[in-house]
Amino acid sequence: MLSIRDLHARIGARKILKGLDLEVRAGEVHAIMGPNGSGKSTLASVLAGRDGYEVTAGRVEYDGRDLLALAPEERARAGVFLAFQYPVEIPGVNNAYLLKAALNAIRRERGLPEVDAFEFLALVRGKMQLMQMDESFLNRGVNEGFSGGEKKRNEILQMAVLEPRLALLDETDSGLDIDALRVVANGVNSLRSPDRAVVLVTHYQRLLDYVEPDVVHVLYDGRILKSGDKSLALELERRGYDWVRQEAQVA
Amino acid sequence: MSTTTPDLDALVASKYRHGFVTDIESDTVPPGLDEDVIRLISRKKNEPQFMLDWRLKAFRHWLTMRQPDWAHVRIAPIDYQAISYYSAPKKKDGPKSLEEVDPKLLATYEKLGVPLHERARLAGVAVDAVFDSVSVATTFKEKLAQAGVIFCPFSDAVRNHPELVERYLGTVVPPADNFYAALNSAVFTDGSFVYVPKGVRCPMELSTYFRINAANTGQFERTLIVADEGSHVSYLEGCTAPMRDENQLHAAVVELVAETDAQIKYSTVQNWYPGDENGVGGIYNFVTKRGECRGPRSRISWTQVETGSAITWKYPSCVLTGDDSVGEFYSVALANHCQQADTGTKMIHIGRNTRSTIVSKGISAGRGQNTYRGLVKVLPSAEGARNYTQCDSLLMGDRCGAHTFPYMEIRNPTAIVEHEATTSKIADDQLFYCRSRGVSEEDAVNMIVNGFCKVVFKELPMEFAVEAQNLLSVSLEGAVG
Ligand SMILES: Nc1ncnc2c1ncn2[C@@H]1O[C@H](COP(=O)(O)OP(=O)(O)O)[C@@H](O)[C@H]1O
Ligand SMILES: [Mg+2]
Repeated sequence: MLSIRDLHARIGARKILKGLDLEVRAGEVHAIMGPNGSGKSTLASVLAGRDGYEVTAGRVEYDGRDLLALAPEERARAGVFLAFQYPVEIPGVNNAYLLKAALNAIRRERGLPEVDAFEFLALVRGKMQLMQMDESFLNRGVNEGFSGGEKKRNEILQMAVLEPRLALLDETDSGLDIDALRVVANGVNSLRSPDRAVVLVTHYQRLLDYVEPDVVHVLYDGRILKSGDKSLALELERRGYDWVRQEAQVA
Repeated sequence: MSTTTPDLDALVASKYRHGFVTDIESDTVPPGLDEDVIRLISRKKNEPQFMLDWRLKAFRHWLTMRQPDWAHVRIAPIDYQAISYYSAPKKKDGPKSLEEVDPKLLATYEKLGVPLHERARLAGVAVDAVFDSVSVATTFKEKLAQAGVIFCPFSDAVRNHPELVERYLGTVVPPADNFYAALNSAVFTDGSFVYVPKGVRCPMELSTYFRINAANTGQFERTLIVADEGSHVSYLEGCTAPMRDENQLHAAVVELVAETDAQIKYSTVQNWYPGDENGVGGIYNFVTKRGECRGPRSRISWTQVETGSAITWKYPSCVLTGDDSVGEFYSVALANHCQQADTGTKMIHIGRNTRSTIVSKGISAGRGQNTYRGLVKVLPSAEGARNYTQCDSLLMGDRCGAHTFPYMEIRNPTAIVEHEATTSKIADDQLFYCRSRGVSEEDAVNMIVNGFCKVVFKELPMEFAVEAQNLLSVSLEGAVG
């Protein structure tokens, strides 16, 4: 579903991704771990199409299409979703309004009829229960005055409503208490299906206790240095990242 | 290769949709201004003597005045002798009813989205349409008359209700008030007149639609709204003009009088032709708008959405004379391309416990320059006066500007005056956030701008809030999508 080959990207003169390879098949959950500054958010931003990143080499295919040639909104409509590490506040723009506009843009792309306000409310209420979010969040400005944890839940709510085929979660678990973590994990698990894939960027093993990954990768200095099964995450938790680097230097 | 480049320039490069010219025969006075022209205007309008005398007095005073140069705008010199001061669609006698209005005029208003046929009109809105210098149609006259409300072209009011006109005209904006007000007082041609009698709640929204059509003409309309004791009225003004390469002058005066316990809500959706993206052509909009809360507990509320004009120079103001009276000003001003907007309000607190609220939202795009200029003045008599001012500016791109000049003159120590101001850029990460959810760049810009303006839009009457949102999105719409 997602195939990244030898991806190089930089911000200004600074090289951040330095030959990254990643292969994600439908139905899989991948976890990407790595120290701060290794390029995890950069990878997520490049995949979602944020401006300011220059891809100097490499390819990204999504469903056989050249993902990098698409505008951000086209990627979203094609089923790519990024849960941001730091969701932005948009004062005055109603949370429900943005989400309904997004849902209908995506449905149009899929040839489905647009949902009206009633259908939308019915749908979103169900998902909010799953996220244990109060309905009052619908009528507030997008992330306006939300706490860190509320912003993260709101990201997962959007994901649950938009039902992406490829979900990228950038440290959605950071800063969450254990209850919120479970809620987020539920959201991810309920999205899991044979024709969808999830990429979790995380620092912590604990999310992986609730969402079991098929593959775990170590991203270090702009490249995937090592991949393994879920036991790799436990090992990283115990031993840190240095040994991975040493192992890679030897190889 | 950069992944994508959101092109704000393309987004803000929009097209003006009301730029057509109506091909209609006009009775236009040759350019130039002297006492004879004023006598001619007065004669054409069959005015009583007091009106002519008033005009001539204003004109003589105007001759002693100089055009102000303190607003934060760049302006080409205006040759007041090159403007024609009267232009009216040719007609036999003046329409008695809508059926007699020239079909071309009706079609013009149809095209502008202001159908004048009463049955087609939004239920509950009475419209007065002013085409160049004269009022061409007023709808729902009878229904209003039943409630005792007078809503008619200003010229009719001068003839049919001279006592009301004489009693109130110029009592809020005296002819000598400023350069443009003096000019308007001398040469004003038409506008709307509203009188709501004691205790009457006007049964519908009143609306005037101004259209400048003829070339080289100025539009000098005069609006006077009087809400007598305990009455309520809500009034909306809309405006457009054809696209022309030369600048056209619009120097209106609006006076509002709210007597004891009366309430006036005055909303403007201004969409005069702004000129093209290089700043050629467009309307010079120099307007004096002022309301007086004359009686205790009266209330005047100005709401304006300013998207048009090459230069806007306008400060709807409230003189809070009555004790416990309330003045409000809610404004959205957009300056795109080469537009220059210098707008704001004055709140003059005279009575005790008078309160005022100012909310100004300025949006600058392209090379637009947006200036907020506001004065809060508390006189020694205004014991317990309160003001709250909030000025927010939103910048799109990096070639535009936002300027804020809040003036305060507080001469009573019990007054409480609060001021908040913010300037923000339409942040790339806000745009990206919306787009990453599947929303197009254009829709994302609209969403963010509308979010920014929300507190003002919710002050507009329902139908017009939608119109204002559409207008804003059209004004920011571009090549994308
Ligand atoms: N806008 C930027 N300009 C310059 N350097 C940046 C910018 N954003 C991120 N970086 C740098 O790129 C590197 C990778 O950042 P990031 O992808 O956010 O890492 P991670 O998400 O793995 O912590 C870091 O060293 C960071 O300082
Ligand atoms: Mg990060």
